[in-house]
Amino acid sequence: MAVRIEKDGAPGYALTTLESLIAWGRKYSLYPFTFATACCGIEVMGAFGTHYDLSRFGAEVVRFSPRQADVLLVAGTINYKMAPVLKRIYDQMLEPKWVISMGACACSGGFYNNYTVLQGIDKIVPVDVYIPGCPPNPEGIIDAVVRIQKIIETGAPRAADRWPIK
Amino acid sequence: MAEPVDITANGGTPDLQAEPMLINIGPSHPATHATLRFQAKLDGETILDLVPEFGYLHRGFEKESEAATWTQVVPYTDRLNYVSPLMNNVGYAMAVEKLCGIEITDRCKYVRVIISELSRIIDHMVCIGTNMVDLGALTNFWYFWKPREEVYFLIEELCGQRLTTSYTRIGGAMADLPAGWTDRVLAVCRGVIPECIADVNALLTKNRIFIERTMGVGPITAKDAIALGFTGPCLRAAGVPLDLRKDEPYLVYDRFDFDIPIGEAGDTCDRYLVRMEEMRQSLRIIEQAIAQLPGGPIDIDDPRFILPSKELVYGNIEALMNHFKFIMEGVKVPAGEVYSATEAANGELGFYIVSRGGGGPYKIKVRPPCFPLFQGIPHLVKGQMIADLIATLGSVNIIAGELDR
Amino acid sequence: MSIVLDRLRERFPADVVSTHSDFGDDTALVRRERIVEILAFLRDDPALLFDFAMDLTGVDYLGEEPRFEVVYHLYSLEKKRRVRIKVRLHEEDPVIDTAVAVWPGINWYEREAWDMYGIVFRGHPNLKRILMYEAFEGHPLRKDYPKAKRQPTIGPEE
Ligand code: SF4
Repeated sequence: MAVRIEKDGAPGYALTTLESLIAWGRKYSLYPFTFATACCGIEVMGAFGTHYDLSRFGAEVVRFSPRQADVLLVAGTINYKMAPVLKRIYDQMLEPKWVISMGACACSGGFYNNYTVLQGIDKIVPVDVYIPGCPPNPEGIIDAVVRIQKIIETGAPRAADRWPIK
Repeated sequence: MAEPVDITANGGTPDLQAEPMLINIGPSHPATHATLRFQAKLDGETILDLVPEFGYLHRGFEKESEAATWTQVVPYTDRLNYVSPLMNNVGYAMAVEKLCGIEITDRCKYVRVIISELSRIIDHMVCIGTNMVDLGALTNFWYFWKPREEVYFLIEELCGQRLTTSYTRIGGAMADLPAGWTDRVLAVCRGVIPECIADVNALLTKNRIFIERTMGVGPITAKDAIALGFTGPCLRAAGVPLDLRKDEPYLVYDRFDFDIPIGEAGDTCDRYLVRMEEMRQSLRIIEQAIAQLPGGPIDIDDPRFILPSKELVYGNIEALMNHFKFIMEGVKVPAGEVYSATEAANGELGFYIVSRGGGGPYKIKVRPPCFPLFQGIPHLVKGQMIADLIATLGSVNIIAGELDR
Repeated sequence: MSIVLDRLRERFPADVVSTHSDFGDDTALVRRERIVEILAFLRDDPALLFDFAMDLTGVDYLGEEPRFEVVYHLYSLEKKRRVRIKVRLHEEDPVIDTAVAVWPGINWYEREAWDMYGIVFRGHPNLKRILMYEAFEGHPLRKDYPKAKRQPTIGPEE
């Protein structure tokens, strides 16, 4: 995107493509849907809270309806009872959509390796950004949002395009 | 096309009492804190029947702990009630110490009291804050989030993590308090928390909308609360002054001067008031505990339970072997069974532990305070409006981590 | 000797198998036949008044006979006392009477014990799985259920 402003202060013009204009608009109006099931959800609250303030990055309008959201933020353990619910919520979201997997549990099952815990949500939904940690700090969430913005800005392929991984 | 309703059929008055409506709430719903689910049978907006369902966060705590050593269970206990993990650590350590017959040092007892009360405060803050968010009063949540962050900074300093603390060890703690920590605790307890409590108090306690919305909502009588096994603030709001800190004083709670607030009607408003007062009482306890905090070591002096210090491990073969056995096999705990209860933020947190000797538990059952509370929800809201369900659910403070384990 | 266990043994001499007070926790092992009567007695006896059913759980002592154990933890608000009542059940017949009539709050604990250990509570109003999903087979906390044996509801088999 190229911007030109006249020397005398008169309004100039900007050159861009439609795609990058849309990407620019999307980038700063991400609506996250927080699928917070467990301890990581507390840190999600912290990220939206006063100290870390995720809204500085244009992602503060939390939607509790998947149909209005762009980013699915899965924070916490997903077990086999919950897995169909998560899948359904993902399917309900409109394209384009991105998925952040927050915390060791959502990424890989974490230190729960037993009969009930799903060993990573990427077994059932495509994941764009993983945040390590148990729980990750709120900075981790902010970083993940910025990475999603990068994906949007550069037009990099989403995980859903490579799904399912063979 | 829908059939037009013939209102003359019933003598001119329309029949509004049609079939009861079945509605599903959750498990992914902003007001159910993500993992709870209800199936409600409604007549208009009145709840005729309510079936709670949970298990959406069942993580197999018991199965995991049966495969771990005694010390390895500590991190799992963090994840039970993740809003106040330090209190779970204390509860678990006390249960194992009871089994081993360990008498921990005085300093450790005081430290455990301080961290428990700090956790109680932040737990109540989340409870009230999210309850108010569900009712549409978002501001209170931000007001309470600020002191919470301050307390998190203190906890991070103490054990290196904000949330998953794993601070206690069998016979002591992970480390002694950092230098100057108690002063910073006092600064937060004097400078930040009372102000925020006062702010929220000013916003809510005499607020007409708040009172209309919570008074008489989700009430329970003392008798029913006892029969259902309620404990903690929900029981005290119903007028039963059961608090294990007074009734079965553990640690050093008998050395402090504090009061147990109780309510009358057991409704949402009373639960809120009880929690607010408990936070103030916890501040009192912290003040006294820090004033009385004795010096000395935090760990007991017993090589059977406490890891040898790092200098010894690196310089002494016996200590190195000891360290190795400790980590690989775990602490040796005698065979037997104990039940040890502490007063957590939500009520009685009990650990029933069976040991058959050896390095790990044979069975650990947690008695989570939320479990009976959640069971009692239908009792609290039957006959009330569907919107009252949201207010009630927030005020009893169900934490899915310890409900499902 | 504690007063609770004394009263219990006095009233039900044939049903109390053994008692101990290790670690300060009063414990009585009783026979399952009159368990509801025993629990109701503990609740109603003016000297005991155990009005709280704090906890109920099962334990699996695999390899011992009888294999299962049901453990009740009771608390008395007025007397500030606790007691633990245990009942042993055989593997072929893990059935015990429900105590829902004594304490309504024990309902879900019994469901959990059924879900996790497969202990049947006779007369329970709604003995269904509570933590696991309906399609789950077996009882995960039994010692012979492998820790990581999964039964996925969705997604690839592992
Ligand atoms: S990653 Fe850790 S903090 Fe997050 S949900 Fe799992 S156990 Fe809890």
